[in-house]
Amino acid sequence: MTSKTLDQISKDLAAGTYSSREITQDTIADIKTRDPIYNSFISLSEDLALAQATAADVRIKAGTADILTGVPFAHKDLFCTQGHVTTAASKMLANFVPPYESTVGQRLLTAGAVCVGKTNMDEFAMGSSNENSFFGAVKNPWDLTAVPGGSSGGSAAAVAAGLVPAATGTDTGGSIRQPASFCNLTGIKPTYGRVSRFGIIAYASSLDQAGPMCQSAQDAAMMLNVMAGFDDQDSTSVNQETPDYTADLNLPLTGLKVGLPKEFFGAGLNPQVAQCIMAAVKEIEALGAQIIDISLPNLELSIPAYYVIAPSEASSNLSRFDGVRYGYRCDQPTDLMDFYCRTRAQGFGTEVKRRIMVGTYALSEGYYDAYYVKAQRIRRMIKDDFARALSQVDVIMGPVAPSPAFDLGSNTKDPVAMYLEDIYTLSANMAGIPAMSTPAGFVNGRPVGLHIMGNYFAEAKLLNIAHQYQQVTDWHLQKPPSTGLAASNQEKGA
Amino acid sequence: MAIENADIEKIAVLARLQVDPNEINDYTNSISSILSLIDQMQQVDTNGIEPLSNPHDATQRLREDIVTCDNQRDAFIAIAPATQDGLYLVPKVLD
Repeated sequence: MTSKTLDQISKDLAAGTYSSREITQDTIADIKTRDPIYNSFISLSEDLALAQATAADVRIKAGTADILTGVPFAHKDLFCTQGHVTTAASKMLANFVPPYESTVGQRLLTAGAVCVGKTNMDEFAMGSSNENSFFGAVKNPWDLTAVPGGSSGGSAAAVAAGLVPAATGTDTGGSIRQPASFCNLTGIKPTYGRVSRFGIIAYASSLDQAGPMCQSAQDAAMMLNVMAGFDDQDSTSVNQETPDYTADLNLPLTGLKVGLPKEFFGAGLNPQVAQCIMAAVKEIEALGAQIIDISLPNLELSIPAYYVIAPSEASSNLSRFDGVRYGYRCDQPTDLMDFYCRTRAQGFGTEVKRRIMVGTYALSEGYYDAYYVKAQRIRRMIKDDFARALSQVDVIMGPVAPSPAFDLGSNTKDPVAMYLEDIYTLSANMAGIPAMSTPAGFVNGRPVGLHIMGNYFAEAKLLNIAHQYQQVTDWHLQKPPSTGLAASNQEKGA
Repeated sequence: MAIENADIEKIAVLARLQVDPNEINDYTNSISSILSLIDQMQQVDTNGIEPLSNPHDATQRLREDIVTCDNQRDAFIAIAPATQDGLYLVPKVLD
């Protein structure tokens, strides 16, 4: 079983401790044995993975390997994989085999990384619990009665369970950071436009960003080095040089100015989560940082504005699923209208249909200015709040979510209650700034993540802070009890 | 803003979604509560604030109008639910 980090596997492969083919076979066998507990995978790509591993071994022997050559990982099932089924966790795409690879997938393939399979998620990335999947809910390895978070819940559970050392995720309103927080992982949502969206099935195009979900900041930096970069096939990709994200990991935090927005510590925050976060902030302070109280006055407005912008863009993006060119199509249509309406009614799940209808309403004649344009104006107010705050401080810290992972089934009846869970994550997507989660403690055995947000293209700074924090804490090293890897946790008092 | 079943029926047609009669109350209720959440926006004074559509205020990047990839018709047709002679099949539109 893989509790090894990407960094360790990379070194083992270079040293010839085992081959990529061996670790790939072991990884796939382990997923087959243990994933029925978690349901974190939708499909395995065994044949493709073994071919990639064989090619990686040739590169390693020839001395032409890159740092990720031969290392196994999993893709969230939102990334198109050429020749391998890509579902977005929807019945609509249950049999969709993309004729092309996403840019992120291609960059990882070129680096020699081995994709062993595709992870479960909320359908079309719409959800905060991974309960909106056509392929069933995912269980949190830390507590099998809890959700893993969403929408990248399968990626989070797979890494937390030690099934794969790392996985890709996407974050439109918190879908990397919240599951990373709930599953004790390091996950980063880069600056909007830093990672190409090409070949990632679109949810809300002005907010979507992809990033890595890993066991450490070091691993996240290694993954982001491969994933990030300009792509002329994504019209919002930013043409700016990508630094080496591992280069700054060891910089000291002396003089770092950390802002704590009072709006992140209001009445809705679980007091035990608040304690974990404040303890983490103390550690960062002890590393030389200066803590400064700040305000992001429009934080609460990120919820209503997000739940206009995201569904509006989704209603437009998801109009492409019409049963004509790919994906599900209904039986025996009477005419074209019946064909469209029944194909989409049968192919999409309830939450997806709900968001398409909210978006359709918000964009419909007579409402566009009152909803979509209004939300875009509020979006600028949120961006301006961050600009003001980040002129005073280097980074902003707080909780990722108001509570630790909630129980499976506890929020499924009321979509609004589920939306309120996103209060601390949405604003980074609205502003387009980078943000990450790093493990910072436990409440009743369920993990809590520290949220670190920074200015545009400050990914290296965020990873540096998380890495320094991980040098003086061992939260990120804790393993979930359900994996059998946790024997030593008790001794450490986890 | 409260909406009624008739509004959901209209939205569903616009969205090309068939809504089952036994699901319509659920959609009306849940979408009404989402719209009340969204209506918090209306209390905010946004006069003089420019709408933000791209976080970097970037505009559409243009490129030369030249062919950049080969025709992949066969690959695309191969994954379609129903085709004939290289064309997509849909229900009859004209008699």
